[in-house]
Amino acid sequence: MKPARFAYLRAATTEHALEALHRGGGEARVIAGGQSLVPMLTMRLARPALLVDIMHVTALNRVDDDGARITVGAGVRQRALETRNGLAKRQPLLAMALPWVGHMQTRSRGTVCGSVAHADPSAELPLVLVALGGQVHLRSGHRARRVTAQEFFTGMMVTARAEDELIEAVSVPAIRPGTGYAFREISRRHGDFAIAAFAAVADERGLRLAVGGVAAIPISRVLPTDQAFGDALDAFAWDLDARDDLHASARYRRELVRRIGRDVAQEALRDQKARAVQEGG
Amino acid sequence: MALDLHARNGDEAGWVGQSIPRVEDAALLAGRGRFIDDLGTPPGTLHAAILRSPHAHASIERIDTAAARAMPGVAAVLTGAELQGLTSSLVVGVKAPVECWPMAIDRVRYVGEPVAVAVAADRYLAEDALDAIEVRYAPLPAVVAPLDALADGAPLLHEGFPGNLASDRSFSYGDPDAAFASAPHRIGVAVEYPRSACTPIETYGVVAEYDPALDAYDVLANFQGPFSIHAVMARALRVPGNRLRLRTPPDSGGSFGVKQGVFPYVVVIAVAARLAGCPVKWIEDRMEHLAGAVSATNRSTRLQAAVAEDGRILALDWDQIEDCGAHLRAPEPATLYRMHGNMTGAYAIRNVRIRNRVVVTNKLPTGLNRGFGGPQIYFPLERLISRIAATLGLDPLDVVRRNLVPADAFPYRTATGALLDSGDYAAALEAALRDGGHAGLLARRAQARAEGRLYGIGYAAVVEPSVSNMGYITTVLTAAERRRAGPKNGAQATATIALDPGGTVSVHVASVPQGQGHRTVLGQVVADVFGLRPADIRVITEMDTAKDAWSIASGNYSSRFAPAVAGAAWIAATRLRERLARVAAVQLNARPDELVFAAGKVFSPGNPGNAVAFSRLAATGHWAPATLPEDVEQPLRETAFWTPPQLGAPNDADEVNSSLCHGFIFDFCGAEVDRDTGAIRLDRYVTMHDCGRILHPGMVAGQVTGGFAHALGAALLEEQSYGPDGSLLTGTLADYLIPTAMEVPEPVILHYETPSPFTPLGAKGVGEGNTMSTPVCIANAVADALGLVDIQLPLLPSRLSEALHGAEPSSPRREARPPPAAPGERALFGSGHAEVDAAPEQLWAMLLDPDRLARVVPGAHNVQRMDETRFKAEVTLGIGPVRGRYRAEIALSDLDAPRSVTLSGSVDGVLGFGRGRGRLRLEPVGPTRTALTYDYEAAVGGKVASIGGRLLDGAARVIIGQFFASLAAQASGRRPSLWRRLLRLFRRRA
Repeated sequence: MKPARFAYLRAATTEHALEALHRGGGEARVIAGGQSLVPMLTMRLARPALLVDIMHVTALNRVDDDGARITVGAGVRQRALETRNGLAKRQPLLAMALPWVGHMQTRSRGTVCGSVAHADPSAELPLVLVALGGQVHLRSGHRARRVTAQEFFTGMMVTARAEDELIEAVSVPAIRPGTGYAFREISRRHGDFAIAAFAAVADERGLRLAVGGVAAIPISRVLPTDQAFGDALDAFAWDLDARDDLHASARYRRELVRRIGRDVAQEALRDQKARAVQEGG
Repeated sequence: MALDLHARNGDEAGWVGQSIPRVEDAALLAGRGRFIDDLGTPPGTLHAAILRSPHAHASIERIDTAAARAMPGVAAVLTGAELQGLTSSLVVGVKAPVECWPMAIDRVRYVGEPVAVAVAADRYLAEDALDAIEVRYAPLPAVVAPLDALADGAPLLHEGFPGNLASDRSFSYGDPDAAFASAPHRIGVAVEYPRSACTPIETYGVVAEYDPALDAYDVLANFQGPFSIHAVMARALRVPGNRLRLRTPPDSGGSFGVKQGVFPYVVVIAVAARLAGCPVKWIEDRMEHLAGAVSATNRSTRLQAAVAEDGRILALDWDQIEDCGAHLRAPEPATLYRMHGNMTGAYAIRNVRIRNRVVVTNKLPTGLNRGFGGPQIYFPLERLISRIAATLGLDPLDVVRRNLVPADAFPYRTATGALLDSGDYAAALEAALRDGGHAGLLARRAQARAEGRLYGIGYAAVVEPSVSNMGYITTVLTAAERRRAGPKNGAQATATIALDPGGTVSVHVASVPQGQGHRTVLGQVVADVFGLRPADIRVITEMDTAKDAWSIASGNYSSRFAPAVAGAAWIAATRLRERLARVAAVQLNARPDELVFAAGKVFSPGNPGNAVAFSRLAATGHWAPATLPEDVEQPLRETAFWTPPQLGAPNDADEVNSSLCHGFIFDFCGAEVDRDTGAIRLDRYVTMHDCGRILHPGMVAGQVTGGFAHALGAALLEEQSYGPDGSLLTGTLADYLIPTAMEVPEPVILHYETPSPFTPLGAKGVGEGNTMSTPVCIANAVADALGLVDIQLPLLPSRLSEALHGAEPSSPRREARPPPAAPGERALFGSGHAEVDAAPEQLWAMLLDPDRLARVVPGAHNVQRMDETRFKAEVTLGIGPVRGRYRAEIALSDLDAPRSVTLSGSVDGVLGFGRGRGRLRLEPVGPTRTALTYDYEAAVGGKVASIGGRLLDGAARVIIGQFFASLAAQASGRRPSLWRRLLRLFRRRA
């Protein structure tokens, strides 16, 4: 478990990093917290010729909250966001999901954008991003663009990021009045990859349930809140096309979508009511 | 002179029995432990890395090491052929024409089997060299499950084990036929006990050196014993025992039996050092450990009981099929026979029939693991008790009570030959129920059930053997074979006490602790004998076979420390004290037998003022040997070899006292199962132990808690999983799940002490019992909660889904899924659909054009056409950052131009290998537009399968999707920028 030879570049600025990515082509990888990449390096699953370390680019190490959106820079560690003052008030779903990301030790190293870049199908942060309709801010040497989370995750560990692009930040809408949130994850042990994870958002546009760990990417669906809910959820469970693996059968995953999905959806609706009462009062 | 084993020093309230602070902890807590990887190595030491088989079963057609040998920093590359030239086969524990090599010679038989070793200046370069070794495998069908291994036509692992059967022995004790014929009930269970391992935090380590002048090996390894294996290693290395010097480091990061399994690697690394001409160091990494260290056996058991109306068991009929993996490695099949005397557990059952078969399969070879054969016995036996109660409508506790060995029967000879040394099982059980809050637990269950919750209670009663009889393994041989081989038996323990010129005391034992705290306890035992403080005693526990007193029974296994090793130290110290007493008697003008050793002094109780300091007395042998009384042997150093007379060889009736001591455990627990998720919550766990005399209560609690944690892992989380094709599915700790502090509740630990009459200190072993009692106790509780008859470990929530959720209504919209793959294939499957702007004929032409096909295959280089329909290529495939280079072969078949074709392909590279077949159909949907549909099945193995099992399916879909998307793009003449959109299209449908 020793990595193959690679070159290491500590980028001083975003531009410096982008230039290195451009030069490196497919052989360069960004390293931030390294919680996914380093194990892949030591197992020699990944053999990039160049690692571009962005953790010393101060411009990337910031969280911005402009009232409408919360923007998390590429250098922000998961634990830093988790312990940010008032996070639960500004975006409750993020605050609910972050404690489920790995373990406290890995969150102290791992970054929010790194988890998004890695696009593991069981990861919590991509799920939250999809549930909230978040955006991924991409930048290369010659352009900057934003893509929605839905567009960004194109497959298991495959994203819309081009090889010369850096995820500069991700952003999610801040809490909006009249919105309820809920999150829950089922895994074998706390901190393990989710067998199924659920994030629900209830607002004036309806009830959205996003499911991670079942399909190749997190999938979000608007569900009815009337008596059609059960059938719609069952259809969702089947459409996710769950597969068997070592830890859970496809059938068990569908059952979790039906049962825990229902609970999480209901919790978001209750949360919406509770917040409406608070806001009204 | 005969010793009274139970004589105590005058000072009865001694150190033994107190939970004094562990002397080991100061160093360990400060990070100053001296583990093998911390120790300095000789100058010029090189580092080894091991290339391992990605295949469960394959012939090795060719190994090309030239490129690896030519790399800078690489000193040597060792293959099986070279190993074979310098060593002999490891001995095999049954009589059969079978060899057992520590590396694959011409065939690999399990994923992880060593194939080559690279020795280089550092581990990085050694691993680089592994990447440059090219091995051509010809895969063979694999067999994974023990019952399948015995089936007609099963793939054969070893010619010398026809039908994959390494041993088949039947035993009969009492009159089981009559008991079964007359019993009113016949009740049985069938159990597939899974594989797990104890997973110590420190992996294997070996530093080996070869001295060509002496033709001698010097090896440092974190080996734990038994040192009978020293003879196995020396024989394999073709040197006499005195030319294999084996040493152990001062500290060990845990073993639980597993470090016994380092021995094949000792042979491999020793030979690597000989080839390299330098000392060679190898530290196993975690992935190697999970794939290639050692596992407990999995076992397929059918157990039947002849039962009376009141639940009394009149006879047992065991049919056990033990799966030892790919090789029968020493001391296997010991796991199967370690419990042979204890096949009736804690019960007085006089009629027993046993059939024991040992099979080989394409899995990791097995060896010592905590519990060693106990979990595999007690799971069926205690499930049986539970089934008897359910079948006859009895309280399971009454079934236990009616069958327990009665208190007045000790020492009790079991039907199969064990001599249960002491105990009062019924009293211990009642004490557990009373002090463990059993009545309250019954009330909690009633309450939970009234609320509609799923709550159950489980029980388990087990006898925990310790201090194994070195001869029990020969029960696998027939009586005639044993007579020819000569008797093997006993359980020798060794300890040396030395006094230095300053009069201080040192202790050495041939035990090799693996973190248990031997030094602390030996300090207590010896301090009590000499009337000193434990801090006055220095204990050394590392081993050196060239200098220390040891025997084949030396080492740290079968829970032998407290009963055997500590007892041997007590005997050595007591002998030395008797000599010192006679020296002191002269100096103090007193009788030796009236002298008391206490508070650092030696004196006669009648005249305490007339005393001599212990240190002065102890130094006499150094400074004034001429003053010693003539008939007193030197009082400087004493080595005791202790062997208990109760451990005879198996007799001609195949009765064997397989262990010296037998503790008793009675457990009960309450568990609740979540209706939605199937998650199991242990509400309360009570474990009652009779482990004889307790030497250090804190360490006993530590052993019980640790054994409980291991057992909880085996019950709920751990399984070393193999796919039906023999792929290892648990290659990392993300898939081989061990319990952490978060998952382990604290058990309520109770004690009931009946000292063993057979051990010097009255102690029995205590470290393994919960691995035997706890898995089945939890399973019984879950079965009670869900009303299950059949229950298998580990208790994955997903596996309980059927019982919890009933049959699943079928999908409202979907057609049936593709049928499962052929047996032996762990296949991934999928299908897709796309429309492209090209006529079917255009697409067809492209498929048969190698240049254009080359462009379709993702990441292909150097495409070569082998014939009309077969192509060879080098391809780079990847998902996200995971990327690897592979050799690929692609063939077209079943051509039906221009409508359909079958594409078959295989890839092979350092990250693994895969095979796939896809049927592609083309249908015109317009003049220049074609609907393209495909379905495929693929099988993936090797490193990627071991590491990324949960992602493989998705990864295969992405790569196959890439292929077809690229095909569509090529056919349409589109630029690559469009591929992505197409890819997305495929992904949604795939």
